[in-house]
Amino acid sequence: MDGETHLGGWLLVLPAALFIFAFTNVPLLATLASSLYAAPIAGHGGGFVGLANFRALFADPSFRTSLVNNLVYAAVTVPASVVLALAMALGVNRAIPGRATLRLFFFLPTMLPMIAVGAIWLFFFTPQYGLLDRVTGLIGRGDINWLGNPATALPAMMMVAVWKQAGFFMIFYLAALQNIPPVLHEAASLEGASRRYFFRRVTLPLLGPTTLFVMVTATINAFCVVDHVVEMTEGGPDNASSLLLYYVYTAGFRDWQLNGAAAATIVLVVILSGLAALLFAVFGRRVHYR
Amino acid sequence: MRRAVSASPMWLFGLVWALPLLYAVWSAVHPAAYSTVFSLLAPLTWRNFADAWNAAPFARYFLNTVMLVSFTVFFQCVFATLAGFAFARLKFPGRDLLFAALLLQLMISPSILLVWNYQEISWLGLANTIPAMGIPYLGSALGIFLLRQNFRTIPSELDDAARLEGCSLLGRLWKVYVPLSRGTYVAFALTSVAYHWNDFLWPLVVSDSVTTRPLTVGLEIFATPDQGVQWSLVTAATLLSSAPLLIAFLIFQRQFVQSFLRVGIR
Repeated sequence: MDGETHLGGWLLVLPAALFIFAFTNVPLLATLASSLYAAPIAGHGGGFVGLANFRALFADPSFRTSLVNNLVYAAVTVPASVVLALAMALGVNRAIPGRATLRLFFFLPTMLPMIAVGAIWLFFFTPQYGLLDRVTGLIGRGDINWLGNPATALPAMMMVAVWKQAGFFMIFYLAALQNIPPVLHEAASLEGASRRYFFRRVTLPLLGPTTLFVMVTATINAFCVVDHVVEMTEGGPDNASSLLLYYVYTAGFRDWQLNGAAAATIVLVVILSGLAALLFAVFGRRVHYR
Repeated sequence: MRRAVSASPMWLFGLVWALPLLYAVWSAVHPAAYSTVFSLLAPLTWRNFADAWNAAPFARYFLNTVMLVSFTVFFQCVFATLAGFAFARLKFPGRDLLFAALLLQLMISPSILLVWNYQEISWLGLANTIPAMGIPYLGSALGIFLLRQNFRTIPSELDDAARLEGCSLLGRLWKVYVPLSRGTYVAFALTSVAYHWNDFLWPLVVSDSVTTRPLTVGLEIFATPDQGVQWSLVTAATLLSSAPLLIAFLIFQRQFVQSFLRVGIR
């Protein structure tokens, strides 16, 4: 290759690389550095503090709550979205009347902005007024303040997140189901395999790559999307619905604790990449690629 | 008949799933008095939409979102085309290392680095501008990745033929590679439009006035007042601000779904 293409290659990647480095790679390194420093207070102190910001972070009850909340939130929303998306896909993959409408019902929440979803569910959750409360009222358990009660605020956030994303994952399962060769069904019925056996031994393994993709995407969403928290509860009551990124947001833009926010971001990044690596290690090996 | 019976659990599931949305639609198209009263005699009205439209500068928010989305997606496509081509067809020192470094963005999105990115945008003097909401995303690792994969499938004979006719590097990119990648562009653009039309947290942080605020931020301010929520107006505003994307989706359903699949499975 001649010198011209060397230079040409670099020039062509320059604009994209410049923006990606400036707003992803460099901020990540800068955040890491910032998490190890402290801002001087009244002109003195500050400088390199090692892991002091992290110690302060883990001593902060509102951070610990956000961290535990986020782990629980991921542990519920990821599997719930997978199971519901698979159920939706299996349901509308059969020839049932009104299949296109059903598919639309499942998919539409996906096309709404999270903020619109939040507004719809705010209405749905409103005590005495919202539909959910009226339904629970019928069985004599009405008047629950879903978003104002520490026991129900986080589950409410989970419901909103699952409702928003399950339909999106459904289309991936649907595509994967339609890719399963009909020959396999014929062979299995000739062998006299039960439907349950076929599902467990043929369908599920063939859906492996889709499940891996869905789980990774749902995990990223669980740690990177907090629009509904900002809109619906502001992390409350008493941090009951606060998530890590919401903590970062308030530390950075409300309390101006930039080094604390940086340390919390690093915790978020470490957990996120750790979980993704774990998913690939556990499922990646067992995934059946065609 | 038996098919209808076996489909009924699925229909129940679907209806329960659609309930929050249907409830919002109900309250948006009926007078406030019927918001939570389900009666077949409830009069239909478009008043809520008109009132919501006039109660906040939604027209301006729409314009801001359209500007933000078109600015972002246009430059994403241009930059990803150039970089995708270089990664697919040119050899230069450090290529593979650079490619791997850029792919970090698939995992760590600029939106979780918002505290630092806000400082950068402030240093650049761009806070509270429309470009500021798009700039962190102009380099798209996803776009580069998708286009690189597609460019690699284009037979190099076509490239060689154009070269023999004296076509320059950029000329070949424009005349051979871009036209043969239309499907990838549609898939990436639709995915990116849906993402940036709906993006909230970063625009919330950088926009601070009516002239920059996108629809999502405007809707959040409108939907969560401190007191006296008028639900019929809020649901109308919610549907109004989601309408363009929903209508586009209903018309181009197949293209949207295929684009999401193509981008997702990659």
